Amino acid sequence: MPNSLTRRLIWTFVLIAGASLLLYATFASVHYPWNWSNAWSYRFQFLWGWGTTLAISLGASIVSILVGFGLMVGRRSPTTPLRLFCHGTVELLRGSPLLVQLLLGYYILANRLNINDPILVGMILLGFFEGAYLAEIFRGAVESIGASQREAAKAVGFNKVQMYRHVIIPQAIRRALPGTTGQLVSLIKDSSLLSVIGIEELVQKVRIMNSSSYTALEGYLPLAAAYLIVTLPLSWYASRLERRFAFET
Amino acid sequence: MKRYGEFNALNGASFQTGEDARVVALLGPSGGGKSTLLRVLGGLLVPEEGSVLVNGVALPKDPEGALEALRQNGFVFQGYNLFPHLTALQNVTLPLMVVHGQSEQAAQQRGQELLTRLGLFDHLHKRPAELSGGQQQRAAIARALAPKPRLLLLDEPTSALDPVMTGEVLDVIRELAQEGQQIVLATHEISFARQVADWVVFLANGTVQESSTSVKFFYDPMSSLAKEYLTALTKYR
Ligand SMILES: Nc1ncnc2c1ncn2[C@@H]1O[C@H](COP(=O)(O)OP(=O)(O)O)[C@@H](O)[C@H]1O
Ligand SMILES: [Mg+2]
Repeated sequence: MPNSLTRRLIWTFVLIAGASLLLYATFASVHYPWNWSNAWSYRFQFLWGWGTTLAISLGASIVSILVGFGLMVGRRSPTTPLRLFCHGTVELLRGSPLLVQLLLGYYILANRLNINDPILVGMILLGFFEGAYLAEIFRGAVESIGASQREAAKAVGFNKVQMYRHVIIPQAIRRALPGTTGQLVSLIKDSSLLSVIGIEELVQKVRIMNSSSYTALEGYLPLAAAYLIVTLPLSWYASRLERRFAFET
Repeated sequence: MKRYGEFNALNGASFQTGEDARVVALLGPSGGGKSTLLRVLGGLLVPEEGSVLVNGVALPKDPEGALEALRQNGFVFQGYNLFPHLTALQNVTLPLMVVHGQSEQAAQQRGQELLTRLGLFDHLHKRPAELSGGQQQRAAIARALAPKPRLLLLDEPTSALDPVMTGEVLDVIRELAQEGQQIVLATHEISFARQVADWVVFLANGTVQESSTSVKFFYDPMSSLAKEYLTALTKYR
């Protein structure tokens, strides 16, 4: 279909215009007293918060992928105590609120270890929390590679490590990709909770701005936009990658 | 003896082939233990009891030794089992480089030469999903042959193929047999086995019922199970 791209673009445009109109009509009907000039004076604070959010999210993403991989390997280990330990860790991290993990992790654990850098601690704690989810996504992907692929890998003479390196992981990555991206989008949004350990990331900056300049939507609308600027391209890039890895039809 | 958990898949599967048997056919009803025996012979499965002797030497049972022994053999399965994320050529070259330590250049050359010989010259860079069943199975045969295996083991290589593709694949196997490749072939293609095999091992219920030269097996089967099996298979051919 040669015009399918054009059609998609047109429809995208129509839908965005429709949504904007609806949004505008809603705001117009509540007679909200806009005060953009106050908000504008906070633009550098806003940008700084945005940068902090991005930096923390990037760091935490790396931590979460490493943690997720480690926990996945541990959960598949033949060593019973290790397997149980990793299973328990995954369940605790996924089952308890991130808020509690941040408070305990920063004010008790990191304090006890004499680590006072909230950004570093925040990255690690957030990375562990999201890593537990990634571990399950990775595990599902690895276990979905069937027995016949494992047998074929063995039959051509691969040992365990070679089998994972050349057969299982390349195929598992493709299957894990959609879930992983979704989780990284969650991570970016969850980073807003880091304000509880004193990090002035984007949401916190907006709260400060709103309370000192008596605005609300002038902060929150750009806030939503700032998150979408990062999360939408991430989703888009993921679907592109997915198509590139789509070797099974 | 080979067990899967409690289940004895092979029990009393003893046989010895004649000295000059190059192509051995494993025949027998489904569930009889052909696939299991083939994997045990090739070293892909290690038996719980008993042993496999090759030229008088037992296959090792420790994982390291078993892997070494297995690397001298080539396997082809019913479901092709190519690696779906790799092209036909990469499927052949990857094991050559990773397992057999060949240079990329040598592996490429060997892969292209073999795939071309098996009629896949136009499909070197296609992934398995872009190939027909017969093409996939020929690529799988190329992958198994690439390291010049001592023994080529094929487990019902044509059971998932239509008659035309079956012909393509059987042609390849016959040529290999004529060139002197040692082959173990589990199959239901009776007339093909009759043409190509030197030796027949007939398995049912995990037990070797009969092991004899191909000529003897097809003209004068001893066991009643083998007689029934042959009659059933030749009914519509
Ligand atoms: N992985 C397995 N786990 C449990 N039982 C198996 C497994 N593979 C095969 N079997 C059983 O072993 C018997 C022999 O199977 P198989 O060797 O595949 O026979 P054939 O190839 O002659 O059809 C069958 O009864 C089958 O159900
Ligand atoms: Mg079978």
